[in-house]
Amino acid sequence: MAINIKKLANEPELLASGHRACVGCTGATIIRQVLRAAGPDTVISFATGWMEVVTTIYPYTAWRVPYIHNAFENAAATISGVETAYRALLKKGKIDKKINFIAFGGDGGTYDIGLQSLSGALERGHNFLYICYDNEAYMNTGIQRSGATPRGAATSTTPAGKVIPGKPQNRKDLTAVIAGHHIPYVAQASPHNFIDLMKKVQKALSIDGPAFMNVLMPCPRGWRFPEPEGIDMARHAVESCFWPLYEIENGTYKINYIPKKKEPLENWLKRQGRFKHLFIPKNRYIIDELQAEVDKNWEELKKKAGVE
Amino acid sequence: MAKNLLALTGNDAGAYAVKQVQPDVAAVFPITPQTELMHKVAEYVADGVIDTELITVESEHSAMSATVGAAAGGARTFTATAANGFALMWEIVYIASSLRLPIVMALVNRALSAPINIHGDHSDSMGGRDTGWIQFYSEGAQEVYDNLIQAYRIAEHKDVLLPVMATFDGFIISHTTEIVDTLTDDTVRKFVGEYKPAYSLLDIDHPITVGPLDLYDWYFEHKRSQIEATKHARKVILDVADEFYKLTGRKYGYFDEYRIDDAEAVIVVLGSAAGTTKCVVDKMRKEGKKVGVLKLRVFRPFPAEEIANALKDVPVVGVLDRMVSFGGWGGPVFNELRSAMYNMEKRPEVVNYHYGLGGRDINTEQIEETFNTLLEIAETGEVKERFGYIGLRE
Repeated sequence: MAINIKKLANEPELLASGHRACVGCTGATIIRQVLRAAGPDTVISFATGWMEVVTTIYPYTAWRVPYIHNAFENAAATISGVETAYRALLKKGKIDKKINFIAFGGDGGTYDIGLQSLSGALERGHNFLYICYDNEAYMNTGIQRSGATPRGAATSTTPAGKVIPGKPQNRKDLTAVIAGHHIPYVAQASPHNFIDLMKKVQKALSIDGPAFMNVLMPCPRGWRFPEPEGIDMARHAVESCFWPLYEIENGTYKINYIPKKKEPLENWLKRQGRFKHLFIPKNRYIIDELQAEVDKNWEELKKKAGVE
Repeated sequence: MAKNLLALTGNDAGAYAVKQVQPDVAAVFPITPQTELMHKVAEYVADGVIDTELITVESEHSAMSATVGAAAGGARTFTATAANGFALMWEIVYIASSLRLPIVMALVNRALSAPINIHGDHSDSMGGRDTGWIQFYSEGAQEVYDNLIQAYRIAEHKDVLLPVMATFDGFIISHTTEIVDTLTDDTVRKFVGEYKPAYSLLDIDHPITVGPLDLYDWYFEHKRSQIEATKHARKVILDVADEFYKLTGRKYGYFDEYRIDDAEAVIVVLGSAAGTTKCVVDKMRKEGKKVGVLKLRVFRPFPAEEIANALKDVPVVGVLDRMVSFGGWGGPVFNELRSAMYNMEKRPEVVNYHYGLGGRDINTEQIEETFNTLLEIAETGEVKERFGYIGLRE
């Protein structure tokens, strides 16, 4: 699927400026990339979360496409209702346009509280794309740990304490959990590689049936790094193979980017205040274990994709 | 007009109404004692009798969430639940009314856990009395059918746009067969009419934002608009009932007065126990005892002035509540009713009885005994017990 960037760049902006996202927020960037790829005939369902809050403070809305926010854990169930209404009204000849259905949730709304709702909607086979914008913690409520938070990261509920050095548990591999649903399309993407991300959105929307994308969303506030570095932080996560770009199309794995030389994870961790405490000598073993985890996952992924 | 009489359980009657209304989308999840209603709807869909799109969700929370999505997408919708299922969807029940979505739900009354119990009481729907939904209580399968059909007209009325739940007692109504006088499919479809929502997410060329963040600068006004819509519902409920009467000869209002004109003691009750109470009234009237019953059909919006006016000449009123408001001053029906009578010139004595929790039977002897206690209060003017229980072991 080819992307005509020049053409897409001239399409109207579907997320209006003036919303209240933080300086350096990569979430708004991701939404704009998704909407540019999807186009105006798209209905959005959004889980409660920071991007929901900053884009729709009544009486204003940043959304130039139809949008519904229902609650925290039910963006998938909600879009499944909208999509079913579409099929019902299509059948009755009350609608004739092709419409895309996209649900957005953060990692809290997807990995944790919304997992059941998402799993059900995927299993039922609704024709929609679910996008998780994964910033690895509950940023809306003040940086609490989620199932997506990496081990060792300091959050408000897993602080770098004198006894416990940040989050004790490994993150959940949600993309693999979703792949277990055997839906037509599953992918991981990153906003630094926007062509790859937009291609994936278009592919996901062109497929009949449910699709899922997990998109890494570096958060300057939550991860503790300078605001201008968000996109580069995403690139760095991909270069270190912490966040591989890959897709699973009808069960077939494909890695979309293989770094020439895998960047040591430590270099990525070092740039983020949330991992600062891991660099004191008694905690360094956590970095080693995180690196080992990344290496293991990367090798497993390569095997699944048939890459030597 | 030739009658089309069918032998239907309460659940069948609910499903038959759904079949005839033929909503665009229904979202369902199984829970006793509601499940048979959904089985029937699923059969209608599977056999191509109706073209409703059925979403077989993975929980009641998702049932209400998907219904909200479908309704916001401009579809006519239906869902059903009971007890714990209603409790699980509660968050979205409140959202549905606040988003002003005209969803119709059958709620088959069942006791809330714990201890787990599958039988009928009103703790589920009464617990949701402040969720912003219009609430109908049904005495039998006929009313289940009639209330569900009328519900669509009320919910979708432009001055209302609120969700409506039609409730009926688990097992006692849901699983017992009665003769139900039904309308033809065409008559029902003509009565509910075509649904044309003013706003829809699927009106892709006119994008709307549903469910924005609404802080202290507007939230209160939006709640006020909901209050006004609920007030409008009062008139619409009666208008629709009137139209339904012309169609069927069956009269509905906020409540049903049964032999209360000269009554010295009246029992106020809702749901299936109303029928039993009417039997007792007939028997006691024959014995010359002046008793009556007021069966409440609409609990939300509460018909405060109308009910106070209907009971203004009654010396003693016994209110039967089938749920407990723990730590409250009586049950919810008692509370509302007694408050409604506060400004009356001649206030009746109002006493409260809890009955039927967890599906505990209430029989004619118990109701007769209750009436006798009320008559004794009327005679002596003395209330020995403001709050009592019916059918409870001490």
